[in-house]
Amino acid sequence: MNPVIHAAKLGAKRGWIEFKQMLKSPMDLGFNIVMTVIFLIVLYVQRNRMIEGTDLALSMFTLPSLLGMLVVFGGFMGAAVTMTYEREDGTLLRAKATPNGMISYLISRIISVTSNSLVTVTMLLVPGLFLIQGLTNIGWSGWGMLLVIFVLGTLATLPWGAVIGSLVKSTTASFNITFLPIGGLTAISGIFYPITSLPDWVQILAQIFPIYWLGLGMRSALMPDVAVLSEIGESWRYVEMFGVLGIWTIAGFLVVPRILRRMARKESGSTMEKRKQEMMSRGY
Amino acid sequence: MKMSVIEKGDTNVIEVNNLKMRYGMKNVLKGVTFSVKKGEVLALLGPNGAGKTTTIEIMEGFRIPSEGDVRVLGIHPKNGDEAWRAQLGIVMQSWRDHPKWKVRELLEHLGDYYKPYATSTRVRPLDAEELIGKVGLNEQAEQKISSLSGGQRRRLDVAIGLIGNPEILFLDEPTAGFDPQARRDFHEVIRRLSEFEDTTILLTTHDLHEAEKLSDRILILAGGRIGANGSSEQLARQVMGKAEVSWTIHDDHFKEEVVEPVQFVRNLFEQHGDAITDLEVRKASLEDTYIKMVQRIESNGQLEETLSTFEEGTP
Ligand SMILES: Nc1ncnc2c1ncn2[C@@H]1O[C@H](COP(=O)(O)OP(=O)(O)OP(=O)(O)O)[C@@H](O)[C@H]1O
Ligand SMILES: [Mg+2]
Repeated sequence: MNPVIHAAKLGAKRGWIEFKQMLKSPMDLGFNIVMTVIFLIVLYVQRNRMIEGTDLALSMFTLPSLLGMLVVFGGFMGAAVTMTYEREDGTLLRAKATPNGMISYLISRIISVTSNSLVTVTMLLVPGLFLIQGLTNIGWSGWGMLLVIFVLGTLATLPWGAVIGSLVKSTTASFNITFLPIGGLTAISGIFYPITSLPDWVQILAQIFPIYWLGLGMRSALMPDVAVLSEIGESWRYVEMFGVLGIWTIAGFLVVPRILRRMARKESGSTMEKRKQEMMSRGY
Repeated sequence: MKMSVIEKGDTNVIEVNNLKMRYGMKNVLKGVTFSVKKGEVLALLGPNGAGKTTTIEIMEGFRIPSEGDVRVLGIHPKNGDEAWRAQLGIVMQSWRDHPKWKVRELLEHLGDYYKPYATSTRVRPLDAEELIGKVGLNEQAEQKISSLSGGQRRRLDVAIGLIGNPEILFLDEPTAGFDPQARRDFHEVIRRLSEFEDTTILLTTHDLHEAEKLSDRILILAGGRIGANGSSEQLARQVMGKAEVSWTIHDDHFKEEVVEPVQFVRNLFEQHGDAITDLEVRKASLEDTYIKMVQRIESNGQLEETLSTFEEGTP
């Protein structure tokens, strides 16, 4: 029995067990449900507005864009918050104390973060498709594209979440440090309204980060072909899309093992105890 | 890595040499030296903040010492690989991980990691069900860990430390929060482990009776050094236990600390005869021994320090 492969299998098992725990936990799902309802209300309010210069409903544009954003939320924030939380409660230290526990931990986290993200995306997608007409006749290629964008988006963002999660001290800090920038980026990444209506320099800034490209990818998957006219360059720009997301993915997976190793090395009972004391003195 | 087979008896499975640990400006360990033989049960005592947890975590490979040489199963902990780690059982001072898992589920899962490390002499992992029984969690086996009481949680921690049937078991205040029954059960588990599995056990505790009951040897860590090293009787003899004699003569109470209580009481009777009532002789208890020991170690340390600063100060 190769211990590493053995631990990898245990990691998959652990990921699955924890995914089931998440589904059973009303607290974890509660936040997702609230978010989903808010997004659906936004879509409903937008139902009679049109995208400028087209006869497509704005909500038709917003739904896929939101899905793109959710992939970032799920991968980046999901990983960051999980990582800090589990450093605080000692789950990570337990993994360190167990032979090959870190391998299993990482695999299980890739699985659980991805599946949590998949749940939030599905929760918005399914009622969204009922609410908005004209998105369902996309064929196999459309669904395939949706899946590819989901997977690539998760790969591009999850490692960076893990990096933040390893560097930041407390769960609250990791929430703040990820939520605010993502909120800001969402505002400039053409999620609620086409990016072409924003100033040029803002457009350029937004195109450095994955959110814009994931929104674009989701729109290319779900929207009718004519919608491309409201995009930059009137093109889905697949090369740039996969290029930017690919760079984020590769860079992330190059950086993350180093950061994780450093973090794991520093992790000990005393650092955990110190965080616990700090948390108790803060009162949350 | 190939684990060398360690023979029972005189081999040291843990060797700590001149270990020093500094946190910022604070020197916590100032040169700790000791060794532990295979199969030995060692209790590490010391006041709060003495550095017990620090010492243990260095041996577990969780902390890098500032100076000194540490070998656990012949390996420097910081270079220890996963096969080395599989030989260790670890119960930290506080755990609150995996709150959403169920007791049996987690114990079985964590046990699985040790499967590749089973040997002809060591079954790995131990049977989770049996272990749950041993630590008295039968009724909680299907309960969520977050719903356990403090003492129950602690029992689970102990069970997790044992699940890999370790060569060396580190226990950092394992019985904190145990009720008397749980404590007794725990002592039984530890005794069996050291007897049948020949597990080397290193535990810290603030319960002196526990230390006396469980361990072959006691180390007292104070002032950054090991100030005492021996069985509980040896330690008691080292501080030369004085006894406390108290008596009453015509409603007046007296109390005195004496070295030779028998002689003292005989003299007392020769002088006062039947006038003495309420005689009580109390021998130095383990607590007294311990407290005196710590005081002595700490004042010695301070003396040394004053001397060394004095030496440094003189041209
Ligand atoms: N990570 C750290 N950074 C700074 N100081 C630390 C750190 N960990 C421990 N210390 C300090 O080192 C000293 C020894 O701590 P340690 O936890 O080893 O003591 P202990 O003997 O286990 O005490 P207790 O009986 O309370 O568990 C304490 O004064 C503590 O404040
Ligand atoms: Mg301690």
